[in-house]
Amino acid sequence: MIRLGALAVGLLFVLNVLWGAVQPREAEAPNMAEELHKHPKQMVWAHNGPGNLGIFGTFDRAQLQRGFQVYKEVCSACHSINRVAFRDLADLGYTEAQIKTIAAEYEVATIDSNGEPTTRKATGADKFPLVYANEAAARAAQNGANPPDLSLMTKARHDGVNYVYSLLTGYSDDVPKGWNKPETSYYNPYFHSINIAMPPPLAADGQVTYADGTAATTDQYAKDVTAFLTWTAEPKLENRKETGVAVILFLIIMTGLGYLSYRKVWADVKKA
Amino acid sequence: MSFPWAKQYQPTSAVGQWMDERLPLARFVYGALGPGYPTPKNLNAFYNFGVLAGVALVIQIITGVVLAMHFAADTRVAFDSVEHIMRDVNGGWMIRYMHAVGASFFFGVVYIHIFRGLYYGSYKPPREVLWMLGLVIFLLMMATAFMGYVLVWGQMSFWGAQVITGLFSALPVVGPSIQTWLLGGFSPDNATLNRFFSLHYLLPFVTFGVIILHVWALHIPGSNNPTGVDVKSEADTVPFHPYYTAKDFVGLGVYLIVFAAFVFFMPNSLGEPDNYIPANPLSTPALIVPEWYFWPFYAILRAFTSDFLGVPAKLWGVIGMFASILLLFVLPWLDQSPVRSNNYRPLSRILFWVFVAVALGLGVCGGKPAHEPWVRLSQVLTAYYFAHFLIILPIVSKLEKTSPLPNSISEAVLAKYGKTGGGAPVAQPAE
Repeated sequence: MIRLGALAVGLLFVLNVLWGAVQPREAEAPNMAEELHKHPKQMVWAHNGPGNLGIFGTFDRAQLQRGFQVYKEVCSACHSINRVAFRDLADLGYTEAQIKTIAAEYEVATIDSNGEPTTRKATGADKFPLVYANEAAARAAQNGANPPDLSLMTKARHDGVNYVYSLLTGYSDDVPKGWNKPETSYYNPYFHSINIAMPPPLAADGQVTYADGTAATTDQYAKDVTAFLTWTAEPKLENRKETGVAVILFLIIMTGLGYLSYRKVWADVKKA
Repeated sequence: MSFPWAKQYQPTSAVGQWMDERLPLARFVYGALGPGYPTPKNLNAFYNFGVLAGVALVIQIITGVVLAMHFAADTRVAFDSVEHIMRDVNGGWMIRYMHAVGASFFFGVVYIHIFRGLYYGSYKPPREVLWMLGLVIFLLMMATAFMGYVLVWGQMSFWGAQVITGLFSALPVVGPSIQTWLLGGFSPDNATLNRFFSLHYLLPFVTFGVIILHVWALHIPGSNNPTGVDVKSEADTVPFHPYYTAKDFVGLGVYLIVFAAFVFFMPNSLGEPDNYIPANPLSTPALIVPEWYFWPFYAILRAFTSDFLGVPAKLWGVIGMFASILLLFVLPWLDQSPVRSNNYRPLSRILFWVFVAVALGLGVCGGKPAHEPWVRLSQVLTAYYFAHFLIILPIVSKLEKTSPLPNSISEAVLAKYGKTGGGAPVAQPAE
């Protein structure tokens, strides 16, 4: 009885989905954006360590500082890194005094002794302030676009680290024939919708002057700021990988000893 | 509830004796996981995954309790509190990554555990209730995982909550009201987040309770084994401790190494990047997909694209998705073969591997956008999924000619190690 019922129910489901499968499909309009879209360029990163495997490897402190400089001089005009506190910059190798100086360049909201809203200089304990008070203000100032906060950007996109680098270096003037690009947008095949509202931020070599003599090229800027944004998204990355190596070494030894005792315990059964 | 040759607990101290007469806790553990639980001696590595699933749950509970100390269930700050855990709480990144990766691993080991049960016929008499309790645990896990994913309050959390609760709106007449009731509003909002947090904290303990019943039900007939042949004598078994405690410990070590590799070197590889974007009710993600462990069921949900017998396609999808799990409850009565293990069922064994391929294929389809060829492929695979359990298995199990079974577990073990030619069961010396 139960099997007859199952047969009936089974036929019901099978005929149902197969009926759906043989229905004609509306021809999907060719999606040109999908064809033009490119996967991120695969780059080698200091924090990925030997073989770019991501097992060992630490951030290059000098690169992070250069990346921070690019962020500050270029990106920060429109993009915040609101989840990062000034005190976190100590990870980049800045001293307490340097952090104080950097923080003091920013104003944050507070109230005065009369309870009236005012602003004060930021301190190490503050987060990097928002560039725009809210989304409406951002869109009003940015021609309808809303520049996202960059704190988590390298984790918020597929293959995010390579994605950020590719996007920054992926602008092109060769718009393919038949592709509709509005006047206010730019062509960038690494962006999901190809047309991006952000103008090429790293436009020319020499745009940012590095103090350490590193080549001031747009490609170098893109690498450095991507490394910096990898750090803002995953500030505990080095700690995580160091811990991981120790944990796995411990587990391998533990499992090895466990295997030896297993062999010993089972010796009489296996022989039987 | 055990075999007559099971060792009995003997208190070795006066204190132990005193306690044993009042609360025989040590006796209970001795009989459940100790030398007092005779276990088939031929269990292979796949029999390790029950213990691993238990460990995975304990990892989830411990890390989850710690996360709850720092998490704030309020839509305005939930996402921020998760980032606070990642950046400012000591070791918070590790606890959170263990919890997030741990959910994936919990499902991974449970899927292997389920497929092991399917292959070796562990759902067959006298283990039907054991099997059904396992399915209850699986359903509880799915509910818990879904609600936990929403707590992060990222884009995929929000839209996942919207889509999954939206399934209930497909029910006729009462559907929309049920969705509103589940969400505590007309779209996912603070009421949703708070109730999901409450239930996400509650359900793991309910799961733990059902696991106790599951293990209890296991101990009545004892473990199945790769031959599927019943335990006949003491020669077929070894005491759980130290034999399987030692073996499970090795398996646990291997499991933890793989787990740690993900937690420490690729913690985000199993998750959707979109969930690192704070929830935005005004911006729908291009592709709403659940975590990988729901993909096969998501594919079944989306495979029903035509109205059929006057029932709308959306409702069929919901019915199909729930039916795909619920039908497993009657599996013990659909499979009529008296032989448990697929090692001795040549035709069923092939069908088992076809089913594995179909389930994996559904998983691939479920993670893809709802375009061709993925929709048609998932429709064909869905048809096979239902046909496998409801049509093919009942018929094949009735008709197929099974291979001869070994007379006992120890005979099978000896044959495998090439020590004897089989035939009559080996005489068992009294201990």
